[in-house]
Amino acid sequence: MDFLRPASWEEALAAKAEHPTAVPIAGGTDVMVEINFDHRRPEYLLDLNRIGELSEWEVGEKTVRLGASVPYTRIMENLRTELPGLALASHTVASPQIRNRGGVGGNLGTASPAGDAHPALLASGCEVEVESVRGSRMIPIDEFYVGVKRNALAPDELIRSVHLPKADGPQQFSKVGTRNAMVIAVCAFGIALHPETRTVRTGIGSAAPTPVRAREAEDFLAAALEEGGFWESGNPIPPSVAKQFAQLASGACNPIDDVRGSAKYRRHAVGIMARRTLGWTWESYRGNERSAQCA
Amino acid sequence: MAGVTRTPTNLTQGGKTKAGIGESTLRPDGTLKVTGEFAYSSDMWHEDMLWGQTLRSTVAHAEIKSIDISEAVAMPGVYAVLTYDDLPTEVKNYGLEIQDTPVLAHKKVRHHGEPVALVAADHPETARRAAAKIKIDYAELPLITDEASAIAPDAVLVHENRDDHHIGHVPHPNIVHRQPIVRGDADAAAERADVIVKGEYTFGMQDQAFLGPESGLAVPAEDGGVDLYVATQWLHSDLKQIAPVLGLPEEKVRMTLSGVGGAFGGREDISMQIHACLLALRTGKPVKIVYNRFESFFGHVHRHPAKLYYEHGATKDGKLTHMKCKIVLDGGAYASASPAVVGNASSLSVGPYVIDDVDIEAIALYTNNPPCGAMRGFGAVQACFAYEAQMDKLADKLGMDRVEFRQLNAMEQGTIMPTGQPVDSPAPVAELLRRIKAMPMPPERQWESSEGADVRQLPGGLSNTTHGEGVVRGVGYAVGIKNVGFSEGFDDYSTAKVRMEVINGEPVATVHTAMAEVGQGGVTVHAQIARTELGVQQVTIHPADTQVGSAGSTSASRQTYVTGGAVKNSCEAVREKVLEIGRRKFGSYHPAWATAELLLEDGKVITDGGEVLANIVDVLEDKTVELELEWRHRPTEAFDLHTGQGNGHVQYSFAAHRAVVEVDTELGLVKVIELACAQDVGKALNPLSVVGQIQGGTTQGLGVAVMEEIIVDPKTAKVRNPSFTDYLIPTILDTPTIPVDVLELADEHAPYGLRGIGEAPTLSSTPAVLAAIRNATGLELDKTPVRPEHLTGTQ
Repeated sequence: MDFLRPASWEEALAAKAEHPTAVPIAGGTDVMVEINFDHRRPEYLLDLNRIGELSEWEVGEKTVRLGASVPYTRIMENLRTELPGLALASHTVASPQIRNRGGVGGNLGTASPAGDAHPALLASGCEVEVESVRGSRMIPIDEFYVGVKRNALAPDELIRSVHLPKADGPQQFSKVGTRNAMVIAVCAFGIALHPETRTVRTGIGSAAPTPVRAREAEDFLAAALEEGGFWESGNPIPPSVAKQFAQLASGACNPIDDVRGSAKYRRHAVGIMARRTLGWTWESYRGNERSAQCA
Repeated sequence: MAGVTRTPTNLTQGGKTKAGIGESTLRPDGTLKVTGEFAYSSDMWHEDMLWGQTLRSTVAHAEIKSIDISEAVAMPGVYAVLTYDDLPTEVKNYGLEIQDTPVLAHKKVRHHGEPVALVAADHPETARRAAAKIKIDYAELPLITDEASAIAPDAVLVHENRDDHHIGHVPHPNIVHRQPIVRGDADAAAERADVIVKGEYTFGMQDQAFLGPESGLAVPAEDGGVDLYVATQWLHSDLKQIAPVLGLPEEKVRMTLSGVGGAFGGREDISMQIHACLLALRTGKPVKIVYNRFESFFGHVHRHPAKLYYEHGATKDGKLTHMKCKIVLDGGAYASASPAVVGNASSLSVGPYVIDDVDIEAIALYTNNPPCGAMRGFGAVQACFAYEAQMDKLADKLGMDRVEFRQLNAMEQGTIMPTGQPVDSPAPVAELLRRIKAMPMPPERQWESSEGADVRQLPGGLSNTTHGEGVVRGVGYAVGIKNVGFSEGFDDYSTAKVRMEVINGEPVATVHTAMAEVGQGGVTVHAQIARTELGVQQVTIHPADTQVGSAGSTSASRQTYVTGGAVKNSCEAVREKVLEIGRRKFGSYHPAWATAELLLEDGKVITDGGEVLANIVDVLEDKTVELELEWRHRPTEAFDLHTGQGNGHVQYSFAAHRAVVEVDTELGLVKVIELACAQDVGKALNPLSVVGQIQGGTTQGLGVAVMEEIIVDPKTAKVRNPSFTDYLIPTILDTPTIPVDVLELADEHAPYGLRGIGEAPTLSSTPAVLAAIRNATGLELDKTPVRPEHLTGTQ
């Protein structure tokens, strides 16, 4: 195994072009496990740790440009306001040691349906900035996951950053595991209210071959909120609407039975999480509306 | 919250010596362990050493048609590849009680992960790759995976040609051992019952999940022998199994205990010991073997999964009439400790209750599942899970309070066990229950704060699954009984060599035993005992090795009792010798040398009246007093093979728990808020260690209640979750507050009146948590661990 250590982003792109089988490694929290267990013996490892910019973020007017290697700990500590959904998801990633090393780029690169960041990324409607010596492109998150542990990257491309819209409304993230910390998701659910566009976006983890959105649930909820004038009134969402939203979210799952949980449970739990997280985000939206009106 | 309730003791010797028994002296290994400086067995290194690697079967039951090692041998850096054919002597099997376990598989494999071949290479990666190049041609055989398949008329025999001492009394060769216990007339007593409760319970396969994987270093010696440095639970038991396979006399296999990272029963069996020695003797070079976590799950036995069928009856005023039970333990492919686990499960199947009429049967199966053997609680854990569920059902059916019902039927000193053995020391079962019930309850809805819900206090924790929705509190109680020490007539002795001498003008004691310090705190306690008995401050604990007699196993809650007893006994004998020297030397100067009871205190010889007669330094001068003595507790008897009668146990240990849980009833997630424990320890030699043991055992019991299980695919008998990613053990966020109430009611038969403590809290913790979850959900829950699917009906 050759260990490539580019000193700059340009060198990294050149190395990846020359060795398309090279496996990028940053925090190493996924890659090293696979290597240690001999599940994977890449010809080349492409170490991105010398490229400082990958661990930086910029908060712009509308978006946050999050370097691929920004550790989850940084997201939790610094981007809670701008990216509340992702910050909540970051909290649930493994242990403090892993959160100090791992970043969103790794989750996207591995593209496991169990990656904790995916539901929040899907709900945010972000774009993934990828680049090769051929040039740079933005991949909408909806088009990023193309199969089980497969993403839309070309063999010569590297993930540089993620461009996430700053939260324009409340966001929530919820994850079921069979212990209260440091656990791989049995299933997870992310939701983001987007009052500016009067839309709702969701993300489901570990309950389908790829991370998925519950599009029918989103469309149903957006229509129900619109028709009932809820965005203006800030009235509580009727239980029937929440229930229907939960059922549609549950229906968006296509889970399997495995050692971590049954398919039936995953469908069930996603429904419960959908209902609860909708409740929390909506309560928070109403609270904000009310305090805005008072002010 | 943790505290110790003391009853006065009347120690004459050592009462004034600092850091003696009864004090919470700190463990010498504690700081090193938490700072990462402690040298574990996996940290060892030797100039010029090779790395050993085990190749394990990828199937559970198969004939080995052929093994081709040619590619592996040809790899540069490979020094040896060994298979069954390379074993040096006629002895090719080992085993704790029954020598049925092949050192390397011969003609067939009986479980997933069975060792088939060994490689030694100059780099661990080379060894791994070479092992992967060994080609094995398997022809798969039908699988035995449960009781039905094991005793079916056409069942394949897991072991053909059994000739062990159990084969004569088992109903089928796929049953390792069977122990019935019959006392009174259960059928007749059932007629008197106003209520009868029947239940079927399933206990999952728990792993010891010790953090230090199996590892050791074998160094070939010039005399043709081998020096083995290894993490184990019982050096001499290993030695007895290793030497014959190597074809060496025991004195040429010199074993030294190296840093042990936990054991919990999982190191009672041989793992890499023989393999490393074989490779070292073959190559003439030191060989180190370290399992990774994946291999560790195949490298040691697990807790027996069990099916338990119980029937209890009671009169309407709440008195138990009878109990019938059948306990089926899955021993897996090799016997390991199965026979003794059967003995425990049957003899403790009634629990800490008075029932005169019982009909009990426990069996262990041979199957193609992973081998199971010793784990903290050892057969008593599975039984406690079932009988405590039965107690709740009975109380409910009678409309009685669950704790009061237990208290009404609780055993006490003088109660006759189902084996006919009287309980001849305190058995404060009702009192322990009273104490946990009286403890203050944690406040309701403690997750609520002015800033919203504190999710850390809720099921799901930081995974943020509930802010209180669906959350219901439940409370459950349980109590258990565990035997202490090896039972059923086993010669359960220990040996201690104690030396006293003067070094740099100060009296110093050295304690040398073969006791495996696996984290339980034995070395701390030995130093305390030596200070108390010899009146010195400086105590050196010699590393444990086989240059001293056996200490027995660090298991069965026995080491403080038995090796502690041996250290005490040897210290007393050394003290007598020191006093004899003193009498000869100074007797004529003071009549008290002849007339008074003499003590060693604070470096001096004093009378029991406190008069100082001499300094120990002046008594000893350049003399060394050293004695190595064996010490035994009261003997026990075997259980009758048909009636189960016999004085089989040495001592009992009792603990009771109250579990308070919050259950997210919609998502099926559980947060244990508090697990209060009350336990009688006889005498707390080190109160801090006692509380630590109780909290640790409680947590291990919690683990198997809500998350821990090795999942074996019934179709392939393969382990599906051999990693800490998918075999979950409690994190600190899963570990509740554990208030501990310690009783010290002396057992007059035991050294200092102490009671073995390590296992009892592991028993009652699990059923208490289950009872609390049942209380919150109203569900039956007859299986452990409880999974979210069970609580939400989504299996």
